[in-house]
Amino acid sequence: MAQPSPTAINPIVSLRNVGKTFESGTVALRGFDLAVRDGEFVALLGPSGCGKSTALRIIAGLSAASEGAVEWPEGGQGARIGFVFQEPTLMPWADIAANVRLPLKLAHAEEARSRQAVAQAVARVGLADFAQAYPRELSGGMKMRASIARALATEPQLLLMDEPFAALDEITRFKLNNDLLTLWQELRRTVIFVTHSVFESVYLSQRIVVMTPRPGRVFTEITIPAPYPRDERFRTSADYAGFCRLVSEALGKATAEDAA
Amino acid sequence: MSERALRIALPILVLALVIAAWHLVVRVFAIPVYVLPGPGLVLATLISDGALLMNSLWVTLTITFEGFLLAAAGGIALAIAFNQWRVFEYSFYPYAVILQVTPVVAIAPLLLIYLPQPLAVLACAWIVAFFPVLANTTLGLNSVDHNLLALFELYKASRWQVLWNLKLPSALPQMLAGLRIAGGLSLIGAVVAEIAAGSAGAGSGLAYRIAESGYRLNIPRMFAALLLLSLAGVAIFFALSALSHLALRRWHESELRRER
Repeated sequence: MAQPSPTAINPIVSLRNVGKTFESGTVALRGFDLAVRDGEFVALLGPSGCGKSTALRIIAGLSAASEGAVEWPEGGQGARIGFVFQEPTLMPWADIAANVRLPLKLAHAEEARSRQAVAQAVARVGLADFAQAYPRELSGGMKMRASIARALATEPQLLLMDEPFAALDEITRFKLNNDLLTLWQELRRTVIFVTHSVFESVYLSQRIVVMTPRPGRVFTEITIPAPYPRDERFRTSADYAGFCRLVSEALGKATAEDAA
Repeated sequence: MSERALRIALPILVLALVIAAWHLVVRVFAIPVYVLPGPGLVLATLISDGALLMNSLWVTLTITFEGFLLAAAGGIALAIAFNQWRVFEYSFYPYAVILQVTPVVAIAPLLLIYLPQPLAVLACAWIVAFFPVLANTTLGLNSVDHNLLALFELYKASRWQVLWNLKLPSALPQMLAGLRIAGGLSLIGAVVAEIAAGSAGAGSGLAYRIAESGYRLNIPRMFAALLLLSLAGVAIFFALSALSHLALRRWHESELRRER
């Protein structure tokens, strides 16, 4: 088991000793350390209420840390961020193309360039035929794809995903897991993926950060050295089962620590 | 019969029965015209007094329409101002409520003292109609999806971008519901003010015709004018419903047929 290593080489973002206390007095995070390398796929794994979403929102700048610091070694929030919420969070009054164009529109991007970027992002997630459809005309999985396309439209260096597939059925989730990995290998962006599913975290990530609940902090980090591309063969392999057992045990200990 | 056909046929059947009963009651009990004219006589009066009544209808509709437009513009503008500047909302919202809960019948005679009559009538139409627009639009502007707000914040949207691209479109269903109520209310406001003014002896709108015909015991004309007012109200309601349908049919639940 690897030790927590906040001093990873060439981090795109690092959190040092971050704490978050809400107005209600709830301590969501305490002494939270995390460093994410450029191009890495990291999962934050923990039971619900362990502050993993809070950590993600702090990285995104949507929430301010009460203590500690978020550092961007390459300057400011220079790493442009894409965020995928647990719900698709699409504007119901706008078609898919307009939804995907939103970040570019808000940044006053040039018309011709943004049209091209939208077409590319929509095609990447396999929704090219549905650009003119309205969100409610699409299935849950397709809405999530549109949400991912919107996050990719600005070509962010860092993609933050907050349990994006938790509400989907298993078949759709597996398909989207595969497509996400394909996109990641193609684009080589950094991904921080919040989940409470051991199986999903092992399948997707290079490194899993297991968190303890109340207050949230890093319990341990586990590296999944299995090579990419990962596919159904990996999902059914003995290696995969072994990693899942290892991560499950760690999660069990992290949760027991809370009960004690 | 299909549900749609029933929805049209049944009200027409009820109307036919009521008219037949009305006719019979007047005939059988030989009710004098100055107490209750039969439906045939009302229709005949509508035709014989057509020019006069149409003229009055036009006057009333013009006031109603102007009152409605001012109420729509004022209600929406005020709601936006309330939403953008909290201090403004705290300062003025109570007075908007007071203006609304004070019966307009009681305000009309006062307004007639201080304002020239057409302006007083218009002011009454505005007072009763603007509040539902204000209240509904305010509710809509405050019910924006929190994740969408976070998304706009993530992309560093200016407050005007948030207002224009997020809050206003997302408030559209409530805003249209407010306008639909305001349409009927501005007719009521105009009628109340005309009746109040009518006793002072000037005016030419439909409500004034009703008051005037009452003094002259011209009961058939009262009924004819009432019929026109009622039809005008129905027309306003349908026009605004059609507008709402056109604006929302692609995306809002209220305008979508449920699949079974």
